[in-house]
Amino acid sequence: MPEKTPGKTPQIIVDDLTLAYGDFVIQKNLSFTVDHGDIFIIMGGSGCGKSTVLKSLIGLKPPAAGTVRYARGEFWPAAPATREAMMRGFGVLYQSGALWSSMTLAENVGLPLGEYTDLPPADIRDLAAMKLALVGLSGFEDYYPSEISGGMQKRAGIARAMALDPAILFFDEPSAGLDPLSSKRLDDLILELRDSLDTTIVVVTHELDSIFAIGNNSIFLDAVTKTAIASGNPKDLRDHGSNAEVRDFLNRGRSAQPQEVSMPSDSPTRPGMARP
Amino acid sequence: MLPAQTSPDPVRLDLRSTGTGTATLVIGGDWILEAPTPGHSGLVKAVSTGTALTAIAFDTTGLSDWDSTFVTAILHLVQHGDDSGIRFDMDGLPQGARRLIDLATAVPERQGARRRSERPGLLTRLGGQVIETGRDTMAFISFMGEATIALGRFLVGRARFRRVDLMAMIEDCGVRALPIVSLISVLIGLILAFVGAIQLRPFGAQIYVADLVSIAMAREMAAIMTGIIMAGRTGAAFAAQLGTMQVNEEIDAFRTLGFDPMEFLVLPRMLALILMMPLLTIYSNVMGILGGAIVGVGMLGLTPTEYYLETALSTTLTDLSLGIIKSVFFGIIVAITGCLKGIQSGRSASAVGDAATSAVVMAIVMIIVFDGIFAVVTNILGI
Repeated sequence: MPEKTPGKTPQIIVDDLTLAYGDFVIQKNLSFTVDHGDIFIIMGGSGCGKSTVLKSLIGLKPPAAGTVRYARGEFWPAAPATREAMMRGFGVLYQSGALWSSMTLAENVGLPLGEYTDLPPADIRDLAAMKLALVGLSGFEDYYPSEISGGMQKRAGIARAMALDPAILFFDEPSAGLDPLSSKRLDDLILELRDSLDTTIVVVTHELDSIFAIGNNSIFLDAVTKTAIASGNPKDLRDHGSNAEVRDFLNRGRSAQPQEVSMPSDSPTRPGMARP
Repeated sequence: MLPAQTSPDPVRLDLRSTGTGTATLVIGGDWILEAPTPGHSGLVKAVSTGTALTAIAFDTTGLSDWDSTFVTAILHLVQHGDDSGIRFDMDGLPQGARRLIDLATAVPERQGARRRSERPGLLTRLGGQVIETGRDTMAFISFMGEATIALGRFLVGRARFRRVDLMAMIEDCGVRALPIVSLISVLIGLILAFVGAIQLRPFGAQIYVADLVSIAMAREMAAIMTGIIMAGRTGAAFAAQLGTMQVNEEIDAFRTLGFDPMEFLVLPRMLALILMMPLLTIYSNVMGILGGAIVGVGMLGLTPTEYYLETALSTTLTDLSLGIIKSVFFGIIVAITGCLKGIQSGRSASAVGDAATSAVVMAIVMIIVFDGIFAVVTNILGI
C-alpha cells in the first residue's frame, strides 16, 4: 500500500524545457520535478501550451531544448527502443478518451496486455474486465466506444491507461466535457487510483474544482511570458501565492475588484434590444 | 387582428455646433437592422463638415429604437475620431449602447493577432509551392520506406497487428468491391466492343472485336479501372478512417502504447489490397470479356463459341500477367496514398475531408503515371 517515503523520490525531472512549433515558441525554460505519489497539476489558461507540454512528456513531441528525465534515464536522447520501453511505464488518458473505435472496451484494454505479456486470451479478458470494473464499467466489456457516454469513455480510457500497471499516469483534461457530478466522481477515482495502485499522476487541467480536489503540487503556465510563473501546492498558490495573476485564476477572478463587464438584465434608459 | 406594423422611422442626423471646435451630433429615428440606416459612412460624413472639430457630444433623445447595428456604427465613428483627432463624449448615448461599447473596447486588440490578408508575391508563392512539393515528396518517400520495412517485418513474421483487422479489410476490399467492379468492367467491355465494331465491321473483320476487347482488358483496362475504383472507394475510406483516428487522438494512443501505427494500421490495409487487387483484376477481365461478348453475340452475329475461341486464341498469359502485376502495384499505390494522407491529416473535420480528396487524386494520378511508365518499358522490351 502507499508508502510515502519521507525523502521523496523524483519520478520525472524536467529541466529547462523549451517547446516550439517551428520558430513559434510555445513554452520555454520549464523546470519542475514530479515526486513519487504526487498528483501533479499542469495548469494555465486556454491555449497556453499545457497539452503540448504533456505531449513532450509522453513522447509525442520532441522538445526544442531541455531534458525530460524519468527514473530509467533521460527520455528524448534515448534510442527509440529504449524510449518505447520507458513509454510502456506510463499510461495516458487522452482528452477525448481516444479509445480505438473499431474495438470493444475489453479489446481496447486487452490489446496492450496481449502485446506485452504472454497471458492466454482468457486471462487477458479477465484482467481487462477487472480494470474496467475498477473504473466502474463492469458489464460493458463488449460495448464499442461509440455506444457509451462521454464520461464512460473517459473512464474506459483510464482503464486502458492502467492496462500495464504503469508507474505514472498522465491525464489530459480529464474532466473536460463532463457534468460536475461525473467530474467529481472522476476526481475521486483519480485519488483512489493514486492511493491503491501507488502511482504518480500528472494531470493537465484548468478545472478549478479538480485542481483543489486532487492536486498536491502544480505548475502554472502563462501564455504571455511563455513560461511557468508559479509552482507549488495549488491551495497555497490560491491563498497566499505571490503572483496576483495566478491568484486571480485560482479564485476565478474574485480576488480582484468586482468587474462591471457583465451586462445588466434590464435598465430603464435602454430603449432598444428588447423589441417585440 | 395583429396590431398594424408601424414602419420604422428613418434615421435623422444633425450636427449642431456648440462652440469653437465642439458640436453635438443629434441622432433621431429608428436605427435598426430592418430599416435603412446611414451606416458608419453616414455618421462619418455627418461629422466631416470641413471645420476642424475636436470634441463631439451625442444627443440621442430622439432615437426611439436601436440595435447592434447602431453600436457598430458608433464604434466605427470612434475609430475614425481616433484617427482624425476628434474626441467623442459618450454620455449622450443610450445607456445600454454605452455599456456595449465599453464591453467591446474592454479588451484591447491583441497585437499581431489580426491576420494579414495581403497576397504574397508571385515568386514567394512559387517558392513556397516548390518547398512544399519537396516536403510532400520527402514525406511520401519516407512513408514508402517505413511501409516497406513494415512489410519486411510481416514477411519474417514479426509484424504486430490484429488478424481480425486484416480479415475485415480483406472483406471490405474484396467481396464488397465486387458489385461496382462488375458493373464498371462489363460496361468497359461493352464500350470497347462498340468502338471496335464500328471500325472493323466495314472490313467484315468483326471477329477481331474479341481480340480487341480481351487484349485491352487483360493488358490495361482491367487493372486501371479496378485501381481507379479502389482509389475512389477504398483509398478514400482509408484516408477518412485514419484521419478520424488522428482527430480522436487514437493514433497518439497507439504511439504511446508502443504500437507502430505503420504496422498496426497501414500494414493490414496494404496487405488486403495487395492480396485482393490481383483477384479483382482477374474478375474484372472476365466481366469485361463478358461485356464484349454481349456486343459480339448480340449485335455482330458471332456465335458464343466463335467469340470464346477467338478470345482464347488471341490472349496470351503474358497479357494477363502484365495486368495482374500492374494491379499489385496499383494496390500498393492506393493503400499508401490513402494511409499517408490519413495519417498526415489535420485535426479537424475539413482536414479529414481534404485528406480523403487528396488521397483519391494522388492515387489516380499515380496509377495513370505508373501505367504510362509501364507501357513504355514493356514497349521497349517488346513484351
